[in-house]
Amino acid sequence: MSEAAMPLWEVFIRARNGLSHKHAGSIHAADAEMALHAARDVYTRRGEGQSIWVVRSSDIVASDPVDKDMMFEPTASKIYRHPTFYEIPDDVGNM
Amino acid sequence: MTSNQTLFSYVLRLADDHLILSQRLGEWCGEAPTLEEDLALANIALDLIGQARALYAYAGQVEGRGRDEDQLAFMRYERDYQNLLITEQPNGDFAHTIVRQFFISAYMDSFWRRMESSKDEMLAAIAAKASKEVTYHLRHTSEWVIRLGDGTRESHERMVEALDDLMMFTGELFEIDAVAQEMLQSGVGVDASDLKAEWQHTVQTILQEATLELPKAGHMQTGGRTGRHSEHLGHILSELQYMQRSFPGLTW
Repeated sequence: MSEAAMPLWEVFIRARNGLSHKHAGSIHAADAEMALHAARDVYTRRGEGQSIWVVRSSDIVASDPVDKDMMFEPTASKIYRHPTFYEIPDDVGNM
Repeated sequence: MTSNQTLFSYVLRLADDHLILSQRLGEWCGEAPTLEEDLALANIALDLIGQARALYAYAGQVEGRGRDEDQLAFMRYERDYQNLLITEQPNGDFAHTIVRQFFISAYMDSFWRRMESSKDEMLAAIAAKASKEVTYHLRHTSEWVIRLGDGTRESHERMVEALDDLMMFTGELFEIDAVAQEMLQSGVGVDASDLKAEWQHTVQTILQEATLELPKAGHMQTGGRTGRHSEHLGHILSELQYMQRSFPGLTW
């Protein structure tokens, strides 16, 4: 089956209410509807899903690994951005 | 026939429909055009096996002679199987498999939905579970019918051929015999003859979108319900029954 007729799609599954969709894998399908079916049949066979997103792999814009230092390194030294400097009153309970 | 024997016969034939079709679909496992469709067909086959198991177990209980689901599924002779002839037809090419499944799913979708209000609580419960499953089978096969019919010239031609080949097995879906009649009158069964208009509407709506036509109804094949089968069933059974015939009572 040619790549043009059956392009690649990325599959995202939401396992439960309140969780976010997580990347599960990818499938080949002719169009959006068939991609949803394929995602359902390949990735939700054991009760994994409540909701599925599919998106054409070619529509995903990804950061370039070459830019890793520029993109992510500067945050390593900014420990004050983590919300770990607060005393949580006992009354609040679990956050 | 006592009413229990009639109920046994009615449940058993439904179970046979699902077992034989499931076995056919299972033949695609590892052979389907794509990995995705391989799993899709296996998923449908497993849904059908689940329905068959529930029905065989219930049939054995109704019969009351101690036969369990395995004995009913594996230890009967060819003429004892009462499945619809369409369920035993060969997979052929992908178009034939899809058309066969589409015809049956369109029928079973209406059938199970009505069975949900059966006076028989067990059948109603089986129907409630099965109707969710078959709604997806119908959706999935409909999407394929549309894409293959309105796809390339070759896929269109293959679909036309599959429709022509399988049309003659659709008359049997709507037949009512003495067993079905009695079950209908006692509020247990579904009026299969009454499903025809709905089936035609469902099928024709999809075929129209697929730029295909339902072939004219000519001579219809029949005989499955009385154990008169096409030459294919014996071959299916020889594979299906091999394990239980060689090692009777074998379990997992």
